[in-house]
Amino acid sequence: MYLYDELDRTIVAERVAEFRDQVGRRISGALTEEEFKLLRLMNGVYLQLHAYMLRISIPYGTLSSRQLRMLAHVGRRYDRNYGHFTTRQNIQFNWIKLEDLPNATADLASAGLHGMQTSGNCVRNITTDQWAGVAPDEIEDPRIWAELLRQHCTMHPEFSFLPRKFKIAVTAATHDRAAVKVHDIGLRLHRNGAGEVGFEVLVGGGLGRTPFIAKSIRPFLPKRDILSYTEAILRVYNQFARRDNIYKARIKILVHDLGAEAFAREVEAEWQHIKDGPLALDPAVVAEIAARFRYPDYARLDENPPELAQLRNADRRFDTWLGNAVANHKVPGYAIVTLSLKPEGGPPGDATSDQMDAIADLADRYSFGEIRVGHEQNLVFPHVAQRDLAELWRALDAIGVATPNVGLVSDIIACPGLDYCSLANARAIPVAQELTRRFRDLDLARDLGRLHINISGCINACGHHHVGHIGILGVEKNGEEFYQITLGGRADERAELGALLGPAVPYGKVADAVEEVVAAYLELRERPSEKFVETVKRLGVEPFKERVYATH
Amino acid sequence: MTSPLEQKLKIAGPVVVTANRLRDGAVVYRTLDGRWSNRLDEAAVANTAPAATALLAASIADDISAVGAYVAPVRINANGQSEPGNLRESIRHAGPTVAPAMTPGI
Repeated sequence: MYLYDELDRTIVAERVAEFRDQVGRRISGALTEEEFKLLRLMNGVYLQLHAYMLRISIPYGTLSSRQLRMLAHVGRRYDRNYGHFTTRQNIQFNWIKLEDLPNATADLASAGLHGMQTSGNCVRNITTDQWAGVAPDEIEDPRIWAELLRQHCTMHPEFSFLPRKFKIAVTAATHDRAAVKVHDIGLRLHRNGAGEVGFEVLVGGGLGRTPFIAKSIRPFLPKRDILSYTEAILRVYNQFARRDNIYKARIKILVHDLGAEAFAREVEAEWQHIKDGPLALDPAVVAEIAARFRYPDYARLDENPPELAQLRNADRRFDTWLGNAVANHKVPGYAIVTLSLKPEGGPPGDATSDQMDAIADLADRYSFGEIRVGHEQNLVFPHVAQRDLAELWRALDAIGVATPNVGLVSDIIACPGLDYCSLANARAIPVAQELTRRFRDLDLARDLGRLHINISGCINACGHHHVGHIGILGVEKNGEEFYQITLGGRADERAELGALLGPAVPYGKVADAVEEVVAAYLELRERPSEKFVETVKRLGVEPFKERVYATH
Repeated sequence: MTSPLEQKLKIAGPVVVTANRLRDGAVVYRTLDGRWSNRLDEAAVANTAPAATALLAASIADDISAVGAYVAPVRINANGQSEPGNLRESIRHAGPTVAPAMTPGI
């Protein structure tokens, strides 16, 4: 866990008081909606189809049990007893009342939570690997760098009115779980030939209307330069991006139009002015940030305790869950446990207040009080003793978060879509719900292996459809919902955008079409170990297209 | 950005004016007597562009009660009552389609 200091607490407290005053003036009529809109957005408050929505930042997806209990409380006291975890590792409440927001934000602040920079044209929540600090394949904890960047970008005057929103992600592992190649800036910690650890800097990735995979503009950046180099990128972006056209204002368009090499030259030129200035990182500052990340006092435990193997043999459901939701930990005798927020028929990423409270209690008992939020809209217990796994599984199963479908076909990412969102053209959640029912057979799901379905209800792509192995995009045609299907996208270190399968299909036919795609994969794969994306890569979309459109 | 009032309204059938209530964001409809109601059957129905424009103008002027007023299509059923004219408005009226527990009721 990271411990906020007095400065963080002061900033958040001052913002709560300021926002209370602004809400009061809006309700009294002293502020018009036009004046108030920008202010509420700066605090993560949107107006959606049915109500206000409050988005709360969860920096690098790390939550304490106390914070999760506070989220449960806000859901219960001010909303409708549930929250929705998002692809930015944040949480949203969908039914909050404007008149309750001052008290809700004050309650949140008491646990170090807020909605600042979760909306608007600023640097949004900096995301990272939900296994940060415990993943066996990482070279160091990327959250230290995410935290440094968070501090630098919080209320930074130059970054408060950017041409558009700006998203940064950091990874330090071999396998990219943070989707850094589809971010405005993606940072990949790695070791160079001399054995030093630094960053590969990628820019101009993104989804939305015009998707791009990020381009690498610097293969190795020393750690001391991360703030100055990021600042240089943001300055070049601020100076050259298309503020005249909202659809062309993201950095990905600038990088594409200028070309990655020319963009990199501009950044280098800007960087030369500032690289040896106050932004050059003093190792003592980094050490101070690192020291504020507290790691559990792990016990010395044996790897794979014998009772675990016995239970695996005795209980098939437990064995299935263990094989699916539990991953290796860097400390012997411990495990990383993913809590599936994708039950059959449930809205992806939703958790009730009762579930959040129960999860917080279980985190205290089994995960040193720490919870992570992953961009796939699941939660994670990062520090579970392997000997506790069976007991934990029973407890998680009892509250509905032990569906053994992590990374499988029913572990679907979906945006709120037209059921909540004022930007959406079509529903996303009911499509996901139907697909989880169609693919309820976990034996089939395991046979299919890793298969990510990502669904967005509009072109803005909050459901990351471009990088779904199967991507589904809702569009509106003559007042009806239609869905474009793409195949072969992926968000990891080999990130790719999916290719369009064919004409959009109507709402009632989406699940049928996906079933056809999956059936085609089972016939077309060379061997069971060939993953869905690999089959699509080998064959292209044509054979899938023939199958889907022959029957519709 | 052009104000809704500066845009020439084109309507292809009966319409109402809808918005979100300021205090809680609830879906509301403009009534004949210049109030906001959360009941669609109390909404004033306009059948011509000038009537819709006038209804919208009065609604937008009332910035303190409701936010983001716009013209939305309705269908008139056999009993003469207004029903939402498209899917978006149906969802705004009846609540999310994702689960029965998540219906409106603010």
